[in-house]
Amino acid sequence: MTKFSLLDHESVPKHEIIAEGELKSVLSKFLIDKEQLPKIKVQDPVSKEIGAAVGDVVKITRKSQTAGEADYYRLVIE
Amino acid sequence: MANVPPIPKRIASIKFGLLSPKEIRKMSSTPIITADTYDDDGFPIDMGLMDTKLGVIDPGLRCKTCSGRAGECPGHFGHIELVAPVVHVGFNKVIRKLLRATCRKCSKILLDPAQKQHFLDQLLAVEGIGHMPDDLINEAYKEASKVKSCPYCNEEQLDIKFEKPTEYLENGEKLTPTEIRDRFENIPDDDIMVVGMDPKNARPEWMILTVLPVPPVTVRPSITLESGQRSEDDLTHKLVDIIRINQRFQENREAGAPQLIIEDLWELLQYHVTTFFDNSVSGIPPARHRSGRPLKTLSQRLKGKEGRFRGSLSGKRVNFSARTVISPDPNLSINEVGVPMPIARILTMPSVVTQRNIEHLKVYVRNGEDVHPGANYVLRTDGRRIKVTNMNKDDLADKLEFGWVVERQLKDGDIVLFNRQPSLHKMSIMAHSVKVLPNKTFRLNPAVCPPYNADFDGDEMNMHALQTEESRAEAKILMQVQENIISPRFGGPIIGGIHDHISGLFLLTRFENHITSHEAYDLLRRSRARNLPEPAGHDDDGKPFWTGKQIFSQILPEGLNMEFTAQVCAHCDTCKKGDCVNDAYVIIRNSELLMGTIDEAAIGAFKGKVQDRIIKEIGPEVGSRFIDDMTKLAIRAIMRTGLSFGIADEDIPKEARIQINEVLAKAEDAVQNLIKSYLNKELEPLPGRTLDETIEMSIMQKLGKARDETGGIADSHMGLENSAVIMARSGARGSILNLTQMAACVGQQAVRGERIRRGYSGRTLTHFQVGDLGSDAHGFVKASYKSGLSPTEYFFHAIGGREGLVDTAVRTSQSGYLQRRLVNALQDLEVQYDLTVRDTRGVLVQFKYGEDGINPTKSDFSKPDTIHRIVRSVVDKKVA
Ligand SMILES: [Mg+2]
Ligand SMILES: [Zn+2]
Ligand SMILES: [Zn+2]
Ligand SMILES: [Zn+2]
Repeated sequence: MTKFSLLDHESVPKHEIIAEGELKSVLSKFLIDKEQLPKIKVQDPVSKEIGAAVGDVVKITRKSQTAGEADYYRLVIE
Repeated sequence: MANVPPIPKRIASIKFGLLSPKEIRKMSSTPIITADTYDDDGFPIDMGLMDTKLGVIDPGLRCKTCSGRAGECPGHFGHIELVAPVVHVGFNKVIRKLLRATCRKCSKILLDPAQKQHFLDQLLAVEGIGHMPDDLINEAYKEASKVKSCPYCNEEQLDIKFEKPTEYLENGEKLTPTEIRDRFENIPDDDIMVVGMDPKNARPEWMILTVLPVPPVTVRPSITLESGQRSEDDLTHKLVDIIRINQRFQENREAGAPQLIIEDLWELLQYHVTTFFDNSVSGIPPARHRSGRPLKTLSQRLKGKEGRFRGSLSGKRVNFSARTVISPDPNLSINEVGVPMPIARILTMPSVVTQRNIEHLKVYVRNGEDVHPGANYVLRTDGRRIKVTNMNKDDLADKLEFGWVVERQLKDGDIVLFNRQPSLHKMSIMAHSVKVLPNKTFRLNPAVCPPYNADFDGDEMNMHALQTEESRAEAKILMQVQENIISPRFGGPIIGGIHDHISGLFLLTRFENHITSHEAYDLLRRSRARNLPEPAGHDDDGKPFWTGKQIFSQILPEGLNMEFTAQVCAHCDTCKKGDCVNDAYVIIRNSELLMGTIDEAAIGAFKGKVQDRIIKEIGPEVGSRFIDDMTKLAIRAIMRTGLSFGIADEDIPKEARIQINEVLAKAEDAVQNLIKSYLNKELEPLPGRTLDETIEMSIMQKLGKARDETGGIADSHMGLENSAVIMARSGARGSILNLTQMAACVGQQAVRGERIRRGYSGRTLTHFQVGDLGSDAHGFVKASYKSGLSPTEYFFHAIGGREGLVDTAVRTSQSGYLQRRLVNALQDLEVQYDLTVRDTRGVLVQFKYGEDGINPTKSDFSKPDTIHRIVRSVVDKKVA
């Protein structure tokens, strides 16, 4: 059986774990705590794929009908 | 916003259980032993139904339980010790099932230990995944009631019959509530769990009442009639009955009365307790008041349309509102609403008396309630509310002081909210300014029908008079009609010309109409334009004339420049723009309509580019004024020429009819050929289709094309002066398809997008051969509505038409539910000033509203036109 990456699929947007520094700037940009971010589960196939751990923040770069590309951030939870 | 808990407070679960006799006694503040309510002095009797331990309702008294006054005391339960147990009607179903599932001797559930364990495990599993255990429990009951003799004591089980409303018969012999209770008491806790009951919170014997909780007096307040007599609540009446019978029962039993009398009294007690809970159970006559009116007991308070849930919790009535039929009035502004005089005299606006308005308010008060605009009430600073009458109006006007509030009648210019259900979007409630008018209907400018989705076939609308300065200010700034012309749904105007507005301006602005000065002034009389430009030319008799385009230009606000294709545009391969032969390219330069015809694309609701541009470039006030002027001009314009439609307008010349028949005959031949090749198995299937699908699709396509062709023929013979053609082309009403069906050919009738196939076996109707695949056997209607349908065509048409009706009915209910769910999910999300979308906890939902942060009302139909325009206006060059 051939293995393939979930992220290669057309409909799965780019997911990446962001570094501490970038996280800080995101949180300060929106004046929020990590808890106020939308959530994603660790068991989520895409979390597993990129090796995210609880407490990490994942940056999702989606295609957008209105803006071309849109960034979303999600906090990884149990 | 910091430190938001990861999970908000959430109700983890709600537990329902039965009240045990012990619990009823524990929560009771007093036993109730006497049926009397008040003593001779009018004080509540101790241990009576109005005991002040149960709470107080009369002002001045204090509750003996919590020492609160009326209004502070929430009320407290009491209890009645029943002399003999009675069945609770609400649990009949469970009692019956349990009696059948348990042993009559040892009370164990009639299942062997392995089966019991099986059901327990299953229940646990079902609970674990959060499903409803109902089906499983019913299966357990069913299995247990099948067993004929007890697996534990070998006792033979007898047949249990239930008789309405509360009797249980075992082999024809009545089981008393005491017997039932005894059986239930002996069921072991472990067995109870097998049928999904929780022995800690719901022992089955608690379904047989030995103690009756007495609801607090606050639940059943007595009212004092004008005569000074007290009138008790229905629940209190019922409780009196229960106590009386309970007492008589006890006396008789202590006196050793015969069994027959005891049984009768027991049954009577059961009846009263049953009707106390539910006075509409079948099998017994409902308990009645002395007047013969059935009593409203506990379940009657909750059930039905006027019950607590549907009547008091989900639905409420509001004050300061009015509802009546709507009718059109093109002379009103779109920002106005015509309010009937009778309504204006009942609804009021509160107004605080100040130095500046005291003289005005005195006039209202002096006018009283009969002379409009008058005043209906005066509120004094001490909170007293005084009705203004003809007797006291002058007196009140003289006494008026600063700080008092005068509730004056509604008058012209007041801001009110106007609403039509179903309120599906924000434009379903808009603020209008009042115009008091005679007669009995609300009047509104027909141009505001689209946002309300209103018509005048009997629609009713609601109006709410705003009662605070803040609400009036908010309504005026945010909710006024002119602020809602641009819909956030598609970034275009939802308010604009409809029907005759479009035909009117189309007739006015097309061609080079010659309009005399008299006519010109007549057309513009109702609008704000007051002067005419230089005439376009002079007629042969030397009189000056103006064109319709010039007249329309007079209502355009200053500084308007735009170009666009009109609705009538034929969409030629290369648009000739200014040289368009159909005059379908609109050019407005410096607020002058140079060429092009004004139609739906210019001023229509949903599509009108002109009012859209005016609002976005100049502002809503000018925009609303334009719509007012435009609708008035359009109505005058259509009255100048007139526009009518009759059956004769559907006539087509003989040669057209011949052509149409030829087209249809040819199509029918083509269909026959297709069928022939299908039957001879010569037909090539379309890719991915079966042969049957292929023939159906080919036939549908052939016939569809034929219908369109006939439409084209009819259309070309009717010419552009036909009223229906004018309305269809300008976008005022109707379509070319409607025209085709009226004049040429109705076409294929379909069910679920396919030709009609249902009916008899092998054929749709007995008029056709079995297996006939021809066009007329499967619902192709060759006739036009004008020529009339043949009987079979008529029948097929009815079939196709029915589907349309069912579709709309189903669609409205489905989309209504979808809308409700979306609204519930999204209602408290909010766009913040940093353009993020957050919920009430501050958790982000979108990092930028709509991902681009653009307000759709400020964008041109959600297209980048705005930016192109700005660039053009600055650099004077076109952007690619
Ligand atoms: Mg209607
Ligand atoms: Zn109290
Ligand atoms: Zn037994
Ligand atoms: Zn054109």
